[in-house]
Amino acid sequence: MTSQEYALELSDLVMHFGAVRAVDGVSLAIPRGRVTALVGESGSGKSTVGRCVVRLVEPTAGTVRIAGADVTHLSRRQLRRHRSDVSIVFQDPAGSLDPRMLVGDIVAEPLRLSGRRISRRDRDARVATELGRVGLRAEVARRYPHELSGGQRQRVSIARALISEPMLLIADEPTSALDVSVQASVLNLLADLQRDIGFACLFITHDLSAVEYLADDIAVMYLGQLVEKGSREQIFARPGHPYTQALLSAAPVADPERQRQRQQVLLGDDLPTALDPPSGCRFRTRCPLAFDRCATEVPAQVEYGDGMAACHLVQPDGTRPDVRAADTNEVVS
Amino acid sequence: MTTAERTGAPSTTIETPVLQVRDLSVAFTTESGTVSAVDRVSLDLAPGEIVGMVGESGCGKSVTAMSIGGLLPDSARVTGSVRLQGTELVGTRESVLRRVRGKDIAYIFQEPMTSLNPVLTIGRQIAEVLQVHERMSRRAARARAVELLSLVGIPSAATRVDNYPHQLSGGMRQRVMIAMAVACGPKVLVADEPTTALDVTVQAGILQVLRDLRDRLGTTILVITHDLGVIADIADRVVVMYAGRVVERAPVTDLFAFPYHRYTAGLLSASPTPGVHAGTQRLQEIPGLVPVLSAQPDACTFADRCPAADERCREAAPPLEAVRPALTEHVAACWHPCPTPRTRPEETIA
Ligand SMILES: Nc1ncnc2c1ncn2[C@@H]1O[C@H](COP(=O)(O)OP(=O)(O)OP(=O)(O)O)[C@@H](O)[C@H]1O
Ligand SMILES: Nc1ncnc2c1ncn2[C@@H]1O[C@H](COP(=O)(O)OP(=O)(O)OP(=O)(O)O)[C@@H](O)[C@H]1O
Ligand code: SF4
Ligand code: SF4
Ligand SMILES: [Mg+2]
Ligand SMILES: [Mg+2]
Repeated sequence: MTSQEYALELSDLVMHFGAVRAVDGVSLAIPRGRVTALVGESGSGKSTVGRCVVRLVEPTAGTVRIAGADVTHLSRRQLRRHRSDVSIVFQDPAGSLDPRMLVGDIVAEPLRLSGRRISRRDRDARVATELGRVGLRAEVARRYPHELSGGQRQRVSIARALISEPMLLIADEPTSALDVSVQASVLNLLADLQRDIGFACLFITHDLSAVEYLADDIAVMYLGQLVEKGSREQIFARPGHPYTQALLSAAPVADPERQRQRQQVLLGDDLPTALDPPSGCRFRTRCPLAFDRCATEVPAQVEYGDGMAACHLVQPDGTRPDVRAADTNEVVS
Repeated sequence: MTTAERTGAPSTTIETPVLQVRDLSVAFTTESGTVSAVDRVSLDLAPGEIVGMVGESGCGKSVTAMSIGGLLPDSARVTGSVRLQGTELVGTRESVLRRVRGKDIAYIFQEPMTSLNPVLTIGRQIAEVLQVHERMSRRAARARAVELLSLVGIPSAATRVDNYPHQLSGGMRQRVMIAMAVACGPKVLVADEPTTALDVTVQAGILQVLRDLRDRLGTTILVITHDLGVIADIADRVVVMYAGRVVERAPVTDLFAFPYHRYTAGLLSASPTPGVHAGTQRLQEIPGLVPVLSAQPDACTFADRCPAADERCREAAPPLEAVRPALTEHVAACWHPCPTPRTRPEETIA
């Protein structure tokens, strides 16, 4: 694939905030029209990756390419040209909506910024359509953000991101505040639009059922680095990295009896920190399978199935560890 | 019909509730008219109980929660009664409410960024709560703040304590709020979407923190969440809201096993099942929009979207009452409750 076929390409992206190594060498490519989910523990650097893409922060090192063009060192103004086809839904909807603006003006803002001329009537109609698509009544346009519920605010920020029909959508926990029914309609909407407009999406989330529904590919982040990448099918069926396996086993199920009896893989609680990441494998302080080599040697990113995994126990021939068998230290293949 | 039946107030009180909400209604004045957000909600929380509250986005969960502690803006008109261990809170002076909040009733707010102070370090914010309510010294409060931060799973707590909110990730900010809320061992904890920003491994730890708080101090917890997995994990009882009203209330296992109200049933079936939706099948939605509350005061508010709606549903609001007389703990407001699965043993009793 030539680089223009990728909506987004990150190579060795690094973002340090003083001593905090928030993102520490992330490489990721999202083909046009496909959805890559970025999952991982709280604080692992997911939002920071998104913020680097839209240049809310300037990366410490590495490159960001949007549709083949290197935008890493563009000024904010130059970037705006690219930004018109890149939208972002922020993790914190309340903080990203201007409290003094009416909801209708907030949603219409990307149209204004794009510089295209549009009549007041067309604009209002577009806003009403966009609000309707995320399950909000048109009258919401005349309210202020603080006059809405949390989930309603989140949908306003989704409507704002979609109105300009972006080529690339960065969606940071876009459905975290929504109940299952509204969440289902928003995910259905994203899937439909994704098919119709064909935008690419970096879908940052911790909701594994949403990932299963929407994502083509999955990237798993741990403490500033990717520990596993692969197609959705592979990650769900045969996760390679112990962290991915633990993550999948911890997802709660909506059934009180099953949930309360479930076997979850318990991770060690020696929480490492982005201020001083552990030597060798960064996951080793919590990995039920860690052994001596893990402390001294950084695991290489080995090819695993249709993706990669970074663990000493994963081999290119498909051999993978099984954290559920942690006490016996068995390796299954 | 008596008021108690209409609002579904429990007919027998087994234990004196810590918090008693009666006929709570809230309406807002906005530029585009009056918005009714909560309509005659009644609720009892027993000591040491964990009650889950679920319902569609915008149905009034947060407004109900905020009105308990007198936290709504001036544009809100609140009627009805909220009693904390017998003391009326609705209409009480702000100075009294301020004392109650933080000490007796603690909050975890839905949007951490807007409720943390951006210009103070998180350590200062947690310590302040402890200094005011627990009369701790500055040093003791700081040390306790570090402990609390590690309790909620924040690594390098001793360093993080000096961070400002913007230096933290979304999930860390949410956990700072949780640390603040549990700091004083409140009698009642209102947790509004406490785990939305958290991944599943961290979430499991936070739910454990909440359970410990209940087990250790007997704290009563109201958990508002849209995550049915969280409800299934932690709640003893569940309250389901729809368009400003309580439409069903039941012990957790009963609610999942046999929901009566048609909205509850829709909600449960919209819950994605792992393994089913691998990119092909559409997710189940409940079609339609939540109605504008004031538009149809005397009907079932779910009628426009309900597959079982008939004339009766459009003409009168169903009372919140026990569907099976033998099961007084399970109440629903529905004229045509979902049929109970045949396998249910209680069927023979009722
Ligand atoms: N402006 C900043 N200044 C200092 N540190 C920061 C800043 N922004 C983020 N960090 C740090 O970078 C790390 C990664 O944060 P990020 O918000 O990217 O995490 P995340 O994966 O999105 O987590 P979550 O799931 O909780 O939202 C954290 O340790 C955080 O404290
Ligand atoms: N300050 C306000 N002014 C006007 N209307 C308001 C105000 N606050 C809330 N509302 C409205 O009241 C209704 C209930 O809001 P509430 O925040 O309680 O919903 P919620 O159940 O918590 O939803 P979510 O799950 O989305 O957080 C919503 O329709 C909302 O738009
Ligand atoms: S490299 Fe070692 S510590 Fe790291 S995930 Fe693999 S087994 Fe665990
Ligand atoms: S009362 Fe009627 S409309 Fe309302 S949920 Fe029951 S069956 Fe449906
Ligand atoms: Mg984040
Ligand atoms: Mg809310």
